[in-house]
Amino acid sequence: MESKAQPLLLVKDLKKYFPILGGVLNRKVATVQAVDEVSFEVAKGETLGVVGESGCGKSTTARLLMRLIEPDEGAVIFDGEGVGEQHGLSVRDMRRNMQMVFQDSYASLNPRLTIEESIAFGPKVHGVSGKVARERARALLAKVGLDPNLFVRRYPHELSGGQRQRVNIARALALEPRLVIFDEAVSALDKSVEAQVLNLLNDLKREMNLTYIFISHDLNVVQYISDRVLVMYLGKVVETGTVEAIYGDPRHPYTRALLASMPSMDPGNRTTAPALTGDPPNPINPPSGCRFRTRCAFAEEICASTEPRLEMIHPAERHAAACHMEIAGSGHSKAMATSPPKAPPQPQHMGVVA
Amino acid sequence: MTAALRQDQSPVAEAAPAPLVTVENLTVSFKGGDGVIKAVNGVDFTLERGKVLTILGESGSGKSVTLKAMMRLHPPRKTSYTGRIAIGGREILSLSDRELGQVRGSVVSMIFQEPMLAFDPVYTIGQQIAETVVRHEGVSRQAADKRALELLEMVQIPSAARRLKAYPHEMSGGMRQRAMIALALSCRPDLLLADEPTTALDATVQMQVLILLRQLQREMGMAVIFVTHDMGVAAEIADEVAVMYAGRFIETGPVGDVIGRRLHPYTEGLLASTVHGAQRGQRLETIAGAPPNLAKLPSGCAFAPRCRYVEPRCRETEVPLFHPKPDHAARCLRIDR
Repeated sequence: MESKAQPLLLVKDLKKYFPILGGVLNRKVATVQAVDEVSFEVAKGETLGVVGESGCGKSTTARLLMRLIEPDEGAVIFDGEGVGEQHGLSVRDMRRNMQMVFQDSYASLNPRLTIEESIAFGPKVHGVSGKVARERARALLAKVGLDPNLFVRRYPHELSGGQRQRVNIARALALEPRLVIFDEAVSALDKSVEAQVLNLLNDLKREMNLTYIFISHDLNVVQYISDRVLVMYLGKVVETGTVEAIYGDPRHPYTRALLASMPSMDPGNRTTAPALTGDPPNPINPPSGCRFRTRCAFAEEICASTEPRLEMIHPAERHAAACHMEIAGSGHSKAMATSPPKAPPQPQHMGVVA
Repeated sequence: MTAALRQDQSPVAEAAPAPLVTVENLTVSFKGGDGVIKAVNGVDFTLERGKVLTILGESGSGKSVTLKAMMRLHPPRKTSYTGRIAIGGREILSLSDRELGQVRGSVVSMIFQEPMLAFDPVYTIGQQIAETVVRHEGVSRQAADKRALELLEMVQIPSAARRLKAYPHEMSGGMRQRAMIALALSCRPDLLLADEPTTALDATVQMQVLILLRQLQREMGMAVIFVTHDMGVAAEIADEVAVMYAGRFIETGPVGDVIGRRLHPYTEGLLASTVHGAQRGQRLETIAGAPPNLAKLPSGCAFAPRCRYVEPRCRETEVPLFHPKPDHAARCLRIDR
């Protein structure tokens, strides 16, 4: 939790708008504001959980970090070096330090390569000799709990979903990265297999000093694995903080609704009324002001006219929320009239403590 | 009042009306490239009107196969059924194709995980609902259109009149799932089959749809068989739970008993490996190994290779259902000591 140390990853004002082409001349008719001014940081050795519903931009954020798509604006700084900048870290070097595991374990493996070839592929591209790369592949297979003697010569279709996801994890680790992004990596697995993979991720993190960004829609899994959580809604960060702060004292109405929508696991105490009505709106032409206001029970005029900035609520918990009710003097009837003395003015983007 | 009294006094009279659904020793197997796949290996249950049975299991446990068998939706040439399925007095496995067409939709109907694939993309939602009503109830097109509007309002689709003219791709995921529920309920079925209908939905929308389904089920007095892999969803909707493994019900009982006083080691493992926030920092308990290959099932208890309490006798004979309580049963030899 030491915010003084250099964060491993610092993301500033990341932005990606996708154009929608249409009409006879195939001109731009609209834009999807997939990721809009997203800022956050990941400290060394921590796990940052990212939650949100479909279309909130969590996967686009991951792809932007990996430069699988080019951001429109914003900076990504990996351990003090700007990625893709002139005197910074090249995209190729960034990818050696940052790897990603995807949801669909089958689609992310080349069906024509054996497991060993798949895992050794990355190191070979980065100049490791074939023999060393193969040895490393075998060691990694053992590390993720698959017997190398049984698996090296197999093809992806001969493996179960859980085994394939272990192979994907081994492949991501083959370049000895420092940060691994998991994009819904356990979502397609059965519960009993999911628990095995989560245990594996915790073990690997400890053994190899890894830092994780863990993207998931499953709030239970995020609570289990994360140190800090980022809640996204329609391309914006709406709340961030330690896992204790987010789950114990959620401030943004969206975070509260999301938590209230978790099944109770208690048949005697069922959820009787939905926390939210309607679906998330389309990220094409999102609502003005606060993007959540169309589904929010507390929306007032100020919410439509002004976009709330991410306001620090509790610096020790690094807990910040983008809601007018939390911004003193914002004009919302539930907000405090003036700044309370305990909350000193904060820099504009709370996720970034430079 | 008197009816309730009479029920209390004579349990015989209560048991007299036949249950809506009776399934006896159902097996379903498929002929495939790798030999015969035994997907369902002897399932028995009964379900009364107005009750919700949740079948809980992992992928490949046979839960969806069991559900589709209730409407004989499997490809006829490759599938063989044995045993008995009776719904409202009709023997599903011996119906002719024409009779089956009458039963589907009006007596039993089904909703799926992915409503986009269940709707025809080239017709509007309204056309598809009205077509079903005309086909099964023989009413005029006008009456059917009116009924379609009522149905969309019943499933709480906002501005329903406008949505009738929408094509499936113009609706959001949650809206499409509501529209599919409207379509499935259009002919007031006695039994609704639900195959993971909320799995593909976002968390906030999932809860909306679960609450809607529960409310409609109660209002219409339908029986529902709800298939899911999610213990939390089962806790929200089920009256009865059946835990399925390798094509068999390995534990059945009221939802509170199955979650609170589970009998089978598999149910225990499934509950332990379901992630809760409270376990943060602790190691998760897992079930070792993976579900068995249905083409070559182990002898005896199918869970034995993964079971932490396994004994030699588990592998010797098939394990029957033990009933420590009249309504709570499990297939495990540990109960029998």
